[in-house]
Amino acid sequence: MFLDFLDALRAAKIPASLKEHLLLLEALKAGVIDRNVESFYYLSRSAYVKDEALLDRFDQVFGKVFQGLETSFEAETAEIPEEWLKKLAELYLTEEEKAEIEKLGSWEEIMETLKKRLEEQKERHEGGNKWIGTAGKSPFGAYGYNPEGVRIGQKEGRQGRAIKVWDKREFRNLDNSVELGTRNIKVALRRLRRFARTGAADELDLDATIKGTARKAYLDIVMRPERHNAVKVLLFLDIGGSMDPHVKLCEELFSAASSEFKHLEFFYFHNFIYEGVWKDNRRRFTERTPTLDVLHRFPADYKLIFVGDASMSPYEINYPGGSVEHWNEESGEVWLRRMTDIYHSAVWLNPIPEKNWQYGQSIQMVKTLMEGRMFPLTLEGLDDAMRELTRTH
Amino acid sequence: MRFEGTSGYVATDDLKVAVNAAATLRRPLLVKGEPGTGKTVLAAEVAAAMGAPLIEWHVKSTTKAQQGLYEYDAVSRLRDSQLGDERVHDIRNYIRRGKLWEAFTSPTLPVLLIDEIDKADIEFPNDLLQELDRMEFHVYETGETVKAAERPIVIITSNNEKELPDAFLRRCFFHYIKFPDRETMQAIVDVHFPGIQKELVREALSVFYDIRDVPGLKKKPSTSELLDWLKLLMHEDLPLDVLRSRDPKKLIPPLHGALLKNEQDVMLFERLAFIARRDGKS
Repeated sequence: MFLDFLDALRAAKIPASLKEHLLLLEALKAGVIDRNVESFYYLSRSAYVKDEALLDRFDQVFGKVFQGLETSFEAETAEIPEEWLKKLAELYLTEEEKAEIEKLGSWEEIMETLKKRLEEQKERHEGGNKWIGTAGKSPFGAYGYNPEGVRIGQKEGRQGRAIKVWDKREFRNLDNSVELGTRNIKVALRRLRRFARTGAADELDLDATIKGTARKAYLDIVMRPERHNAVKVLLFLDIGGSMDPHVKLCEELFSAASSEFKHLEFFYFHNFIYEGVWKDNRRRFTERTPTLDVLHRFPADYKLIFVGDASMSPYEINYPGGSVEHWNEESGEVWLRRMTDIYHSAVWLNPIPEKNWQYGQSIQMVKTLMEGRMFPLTLEGLDDAMRELTRTH
Repeated sequence: MRFEGTSGYVATDDLKVAVNAAATLRRPLLVKGEPGTGKTVLAAEVAAAMGAPLIEWHVKSTTKAQQGLYEYDAVSRLRDSQLGDERVHDIRNYIRRGKLWEAFTSPTLPVLLIDEIDKADIEFPNDLLQELDRMEFHVYETGETVKAAERPIVIITSNNEKELPDAFLRRCFFHYIKFPDRETMQAIVDVHFPGIQKELVREALSVFYDIRDVPGLKKKPSTSELLDWLKLLMHEDLPLDVLRSRDPKKLIPPLHGALLKNEQDVMLFERLAFIARRDGKS
């Protein structure tokens, strides 16, 4: 019963197991819900999904399995550029279909109709058979393009009002490749915690006290230092230029990191690491710290985190004098190697979406230099990065 | 025995299904959601609706799983042995029952709330796996086994500070309380302040949702903050136009202290107000 559903969930990387499935069947048998689709949707959601980041994906799978909808897990585009739609249509439409469209009028008129229908759809959720995307009758659905990115015509719902609930996809924001707030970053950074007892002995060590008392036959109070997070982090942030669109993200990461780690040192750089870095971006030209000083000052047990888009001309990485701002005696590559040689646990966080990395030559170069330890600046990527950092010492 | 919300708590359909599933099958219900969306209150309301006693276990960063079962007070026994107290001969005098023990042996079916389970150590949920699954545990010191006559209803809340282990999650029902939409919010307000002016609520709600929409807020105000703010507004008896004015010069809502809990957020609002004022002049 519902095994297809379970398979579909697993195929969509929702970690549902037999245990959850049996739980759901048990609940159905116990008559927890009335026999309607909406309740079944709620019940199965609460049994299968244990992570709010997966709720949106669950909605999509549910829609697909119980309706036969097309699904993809790509991020939705909210609006379709007209040009693009036009081109797409020209590519895929048969002469017949083109003629049908022409009956509707010019492209402008079609766009107008499209807009109107979209608006109507927002207001009314039921009935009707002229919605865009249904069974190829409307010109808008005939393009052969997966309407997921467009989300046209699926809100109508052939099975009544229940469809609305998951078709609304209210949890879209929680998909973990999308949202990244300070709090979430903190949670991800917490993976890096390593507790150690250092400092003043101000906590009663009960076990040692009992042991000592038993051995010495008088009350022997033993104290020990409190546990603290002993992880030390060196954070290097790329600033200015192509990083400007990512400022908010970096700010959030920075504020989360600075409250999470007791030992956090940060420095800024521009595009790539050379012989100097700085702490105050307003005085970047006057108050530079030589990178060598940084390497000498902080012991090798610091963990190294770079944040940057790694998008630049390849010369900036592997040629002396390649920097866009100043004359560098040694290439950036040499400096990066110097750093990763000292600090064994190092990662590079890249705010550019991972799927676009292949298009940047410099990104590939940096990734190779970092021995593959480049992670996207998303919650998932951050999680993987922290795991990588805890793995190495 | 079905949970349908109470006179003081508005439960959405999906929440009802989740609670009823957990209560019927007696599996733990894990509740997550933004702070202030009524996760902890839910347990109290379920208990009230079912007429069951509520046993609360508030978890802190120092809480150990063992403390929920029982604790062996070695220090008292050590002291008593030095003072020659008679009680020292029976180890049971030094076993302190934890909340789980209390729930398992409760004469009537209780609701057990394990609040903010993510605050504790990472291993905490794993340590409770067997106990919550079988609803029994063994007391090593006395050799007895405590077993629940009837499995209690267990509600667990989490603020997502730590990931919970898969094995633990597999045994729970899960519900994510999403932030209430306007309709639900209206219902919640009605439940809390019956007889409040409709006008006031409408204006307050639109100000509230406007604030939530401001980009860059460190902490978005939540349901509990809205309720506090409404209480204040009613108490102060402000004239309605203060709320209604969409004058950009008065961008900061009255009594904003109840809604904005962070000096950066207040500053952000002041900055926005300043920009609006400057634009207004030019």
